[in-house]
Amino acid sequence: MELTTLWFVIIAVLWIGYFVLEGFDFGVGMLLPVVGRGPDAEARRRVMINTIGPVWDGNEVWLIVAGGATFAAFPEWYATLFSGFYLPLLLILLALIGRGVAFEYRGTRDDPRWRARWDAVIVAGSLLPAVLWGVAFGNIVRGVRIDAQHEYAGTFFDLLNPYALVGGLTTLALFVTHGAVFLGLKTAGDVRTAARAALRWAAPAAVVLAVVFLGWTLLRQGDAVSWATGAVAAVALLGGLAAARAGRDGWAFTGLAVAIGFAVITLFVALFPDVMPSTIDPAYSLTTTNAASTPYTLRIMSWVAVVFTPIVLIYQGWTYWVFRRRLTAGQAGSSATI
Amino acid sequence: MDPLEIARWQFGVTTVYHFLFVPITIGLSFLVAGFQTAWVRTEDEKWLRLTRLYGKLFLINFAMGVVTGIVQEFQFGMNWSSYSRFVGDIFGAPLAIEGLLAFFLESTFLGLWIFGWDRLPRRIHLATIWVAAIGTVLSAYFILAANSFMQNPVGFRFNPARGRAELTDFGAVLTSDTTLAAFFHTVSGCFLTGGGLVAGVAVWHLVRRKHTDDASIAAFRSAARAGAVTTLAAIVALFVSGDVLGKVMTTHQPMKMAAAEALYRTEAPASFSIFTIGSLDGKHEVFAIKLPHLLSFLATGTWDGRVQGINDLQAQYAAAYGPGSYMPIIPVAYWGFRAMIGAGVLAALVALWLLWATRRGRSPRSRWLLAGAVALPLLPLAANSFGWIFTEMARQPWVVNFHLRTAAGVSPGVSGGEVLTSLIAFTLLYGLLAVVEVKLLLKYAGGPLPDADPPERQRDPDAPPSLVY
Repeated sequence: MELTTLWFVIIAVLWIGYFVLEGFDFGVGMLLPVVGRGPDAEARRRVMINTIGPVWDGNEVWLIVAGGATFAAFPEWYATLFSGFYLPLLLILLALIGRGVAFEYRGTRDDPRWRARWDAVIVAGSLLPAVLWGVAFGNIVRGVRIDAQHEYAGTFFDLLNPYALVGGLTTLALFVTHGAVFLGLKTAGDVRTAARAALRWAAPAAVVLAVVFLGWTLLRQGDAVSWATGAVAAVALLGGLAAARAGRDGWAFTGLAVAIGFAVITLFVALFPDVMPSTIDPAYSLTTTNAASTPYTLRIMSWVAVVFTPIVLIYQGWTYWVFRRRLTAGQAGSSATI
Repeated sequence: MDPLEIARWQFGVTTVYHFLFVPITIGLSFLVAGFQTAWVRTEDEKWLRLTRLYGKLFLINFAMGVVTGIVQEFQFGMNWSSYSRFVGDIFGAPLAIEGLLAFFLESTFLGLWIFGWDRLPRRIHLATIWVAAIGTVLSAYFILAANSFMQNPVGFRFNPARGRAELTDFGAVLTSDTTLAAFFHTVSGCFLTGGGLVAGVAVWHLVRRKHTDDASIAAFRSAARAGAVTTLAAIVALFVSGDVLGKVMTTHQPMKMAAAEALYRTEAPASFSIFTIGSLDGKHEVFAIKLPHLLSFLATGTWDGRVQGINDLQAQYAAAYGPGSYMPIIPVAYWGFRAMIGAGVLAALVALWLLWATRRGRSPRSRWLLAGAVALPLLPLAANSFGWIFTEMARQPWVVNFHLRTAAGVSPGVSGGEVLTSLIAFTLLYGLLAVVEVKLLLKYAGGPLPDADPPERQRDPDAPPSLVY
């Protein structure tokens, strides 16, 4: 395999890791007011936040590494994408900042109004990126106005086209569903019941939107491989949701993870060998070759990735194993250790 | 509106802000790991209580460091896309490696540390904070390797066909004299910060005596001394590494050294300026107090070495790179350099005073030390900020020394309005968070020492867990 292709694959893997992992913690954040309500709302919310407490930060690192890897392997792609999608990325950054500190800060003062304020930040800070990442990827795959100098020549509003907006709603619905399934897996009692109840409306929305968005993508620019991966995503989504209905939480979570992963794969397969097509002139498109770093840099980075990615997966996997038990709202009173 | 100036302001604001949290994270992670190690080894509960107190401060601060760090990575592409295209082949690699090697390590093992008190065997739990601490230093190394390339570009060639710099020797980037000296110097600054914070909080409690039980006082006395010793060790390391870095800088960035000294004319031997006032156009000195020969020694290692002056360098560069100004803003460089050294030295003097006041079992009561308690955490932060403002601003007009001007690095497709929007948004959000952050730090720093009940390990995975948030 060409090194540039390998790096296209690695970046796809990093985005899969990011969406599969941060997807559920975005979902848990958005479900805070939905699942975490009733007379024991605060206890429920603490349980919800604690299910993602040990891992959300590590999940976010997948984004940082995806960004860094794009910078290292495809500097032209990084430069065009980040300067072109300026305002959406600004909103994502502001949302992630607010959300990150909100997790840490909400519990530091025993005051319902203080907590309510930070909870609102968590919800908005999860919802905004959940939508905007879908919008961004919709635009990447569909192509945007890129000129001969590889600069983005469109406006902010060009990014809000129908296809990309459906993409945004799709990631939103998928992440809410993923979060609900994750809560089903990681909690017991009332939180789990409420999370499963949320699936009744979240799951159909996710199915319809995912089918429309992936179908639209494939009809525009699909080939045999992307049709196959799209089909795997659809089957995994339906299978996962059926497992959730049957109370098989582990399989439900696996199904959603596979569905999100294959949806990302489908987008990347549809994109290849472009990394960012130009709608002005295909000759201006950024591709895995014209956007790439030198073979020397790619070779060094390949060794680093090959050696260290498995190590990261092992210790992140170990974290999930250490914190594998379910949480219930009945235990929310137990003391904080630090 | 000129996007260049606004983008520079944004980089300055977000970077200085981000770098308030980074050195606290790096310095404090090792001190907390040290306290926890002392507890595991001696079983003395005071160390566990200190681990918890400073661990809490560490976590409040860590969250801010992480979220403001994402902005740093993104804004290279957002505001400086031409820079990113020019250096991506070289600069991107350490950034990606930093994420893969360091950030995953830090975030994952901190998660294990925070939530793992009752889940992991005692020694493995202790190992998690050490691994996280090592992650913070790895991260410093790779990001400083990237920054050092901007100060002293090595291991690359310019490809005129692609109009970009291309990596030829990654080892040279990772081991350039600038990288190594900057790493040693910056990490020493982090320990100055961590030590100052630990000592400052402890001495506040010692003097105020709001929590007067003997156990608390003994614990705070130990923390005060540990922090003060760290601060003093750090200042020694800062002088040694600063001396090396000064000579490296004189070799690769003579204009920066000349600007740091406001040395207008080439001198051999050159005097070190304690205080210089220049003419309004910044081209001549009007009044100065100087120590003879000292600058020659600092810059070249010999007492009579020749140090090039600003005017000569300006003429040389204009001849080599075309007409234009190659001078940074001299007062910023000059005073930034002095403020950095001054604040660091002052912090060390306070630490020395504190060590004296706590000698042989003494527990100080002097109200004067309360001023020291405030100064100890703040002075190192000021020194860090001035140091970075100096090193980045005195490199101007270059973003990559001698190869790419800052003006040529800005995103051509991004409007002034967009950059201004993001500058305002970040400034407001950062300001708001600063208020919350300081309040929280003060609340926990000023509160009583946490209890010492040692965590019981839950071997049963279905046992009720302790919730942290």
